[in-house]
Amino acid sequence: MNIKQNIKTLIVEKPLKLDCGQTINNFPLAYETYGSLNNDKDNAILVFHALTGDQFVTGINPITKKDGWWSYAVGPGKSIDTDKYFVICANVIGGCMGSFGPSHENPKTKKIYGTDFPVITINDMVNAQVNLLDFFGIEKLFSVVGGSMGGMQVLQFISNYPDKAKTAIPIACTSSHSAQNIAFNELGRQAIAADHNWSDGNYNSKNIVPDKGLAVARMAAHITYLSKKGLQEKFGRKLQERDDLKFGFDADFQIESYLRYQGSVFVDRFDANSYLYITRAMDYFDLVKQFNGNLSDAFKNTKAKFFIISFTSDWLYPTQENKDIVIALNAVGANVGFVEIESDKGHDSFLLNVPDFLKALKNFLDKSYTEKIS
Amino acid sequence: MKPEFKIISDLIEKNASVLDVGCDDGILMEFLKENKEADIRGIEISKNKVQLCISKGLTVIEGNAEYDLKQFPENSFDYVVLGQTLQAFINPEKVITELLRVGKKAIVTIPNFGHWKVRLNLLIKGTMPITSSLPNEWYNTPNIHMCTIKDFVEFSKIMNFKIFQSLALMNKKVTNINKSNLFIKNLFGELGIFLIEK
Repeated sequence: MNIKQNIKTLIVEKPLKLDCGQTINNFPLAYETYGSLNNDKDNAILVFHALTGDQFVTGINPITKKDGWWSYAVGPGKSIDTDKYFVICANVIGGCMGSFGPSHENPKTKKIYGTDFPVITINDMVNAQVNLLDFFGIEKLFSVVGGSMGGMQVLQFISNYPDKAKTAIPIACTSSHSAQNIAFNELGRQAIAADHNWSDGNYNSKNIVPDKGLAVARMAAHITYLSKKGLQEKFGRKLQERDDLKFGFDADFQIESYLRYQGSVFVDRFDANSYLYITRAMDYFDLVKQFNGNLSDAFKNTKAKFFIISFTSDWLYPTQENKDIVIALNAVGANVGFVEIESDKGHDSFLLNVPDFLKALKNFLDKSYTEKIS
Repeated sequence: MKPEFKIISDLIEKNASVLDVGCDDGILMEFLKENKEADIRGIEISKNKVQLCISKGLTVIEGNAEYDLKQFPENSFDYVVLGQTLQAFINPEKVITELLRVGKKAIVTIPNFGHWKVRLNLLIKGTMPITSSLPNEWYNTPNIHMCTIKDFVEFSKIMNFKIFQSLALMNKKVTNINKSNLFIKNLFGELGIFLIEK
């Protein structure tokens, strides 16, 4: 399969100084667009993807042949209506869907980067993607939207480019990765590192993949995306294609089988080193610290209209952490709305068919667009 | 639209910044946005009502005024409006203090428990009054701290805030309340509307 023929890529020539100190240039940024940019160029929405997402927001992902990760929310007539808006999404740098990442070849050594790839941050991701605005000739985006790590990018984007977006919708996210967030990410990274195939990150040259480690990382993370109630209702103690316990370690329970499946399909589409790099970027995210303990200062120069959304059963990025962003915005008199959506689908709620969420998102965008706020 | 919305609007200057505490379905917000070009925000406890406000393009924060007003710095708004909900809070003293901290001025409306129908209801029937503006039974009413127009005037002295303007609404007509007519207004006013400042 030739991945490249389905991937649009912008080569960013402009040097980008990363937070780690290194400077990169002439690096690829893979992106996809949906809908069309109008003549006024005032209908563009930049969507930021989460940890394991990519630029293929909706429709059929040409690489995985599955529905795009935000198909419920983005598309013709949907919350982010592609009949109306021009949707842009880029694969984050550090990722594995065409953007500059650890599976790329280091031009100096002619070897795959692996763990020689520079450690990147949410700030770096956003600074790379802002180049897309110049590429499309967009002065100001109508909106920046994203959930989870995508929400962190929304916050960072507004902080870095306060007048480049009219509206901002950070969903189910945080302004600072908590100890619990870091702990779960570290569990995933250690699972990858514990796989012998990982070979200190040099698996590419050996033509092997640390698929077992990556699958375990995905399984552990997947649990954190769901709620206890949701899991109990969906799986309970139901058995997997058997009438009784088998007194062994096969997947007796449906939940075990489900998690194993989630792990196995994930390794087919995701690179283990990318997983390390992106989780690291999330862990390093601390917008509060960037502004010396005062999150409000991150937003003091923006006129953007904010809409913050959280979910009742999200224990990974709980409502209070989302509310902290609201509080910081109110402290500088920003225009901010907030709603906590009732859902038992956990952190993953923003990716799923949660009608109250989809309705709120649509109403906010469509009303803000007709207002033509500046 | 509630009859007092026009009265509230008349108390507010054009282009003022306003926070509507307990903004409900956003009707007052819309009215102020249109008529006063107010920079208006709302805070509302009900998720459904927040959704309704969003569908109207209003900026609303889901939250409980009793706990969530503290997120706003001092004098964030020219006016903070609290419509007919003071009596529903666990701690009205705290809420009033917060209103006057967050807003340069506050507009508070209260259903008057001193209205003659309420008094008569209790006097004759000997049961907790139920009227058109107070339709709940004692055991399921959200109104746990009912007060009268006179009580609120007393409250201003205790809490040490100034009443700039006090109006009584009766039969959709609005009249001024002053020292000499307080007894009458407290007997016939259905609603008290107060413009206050710390």
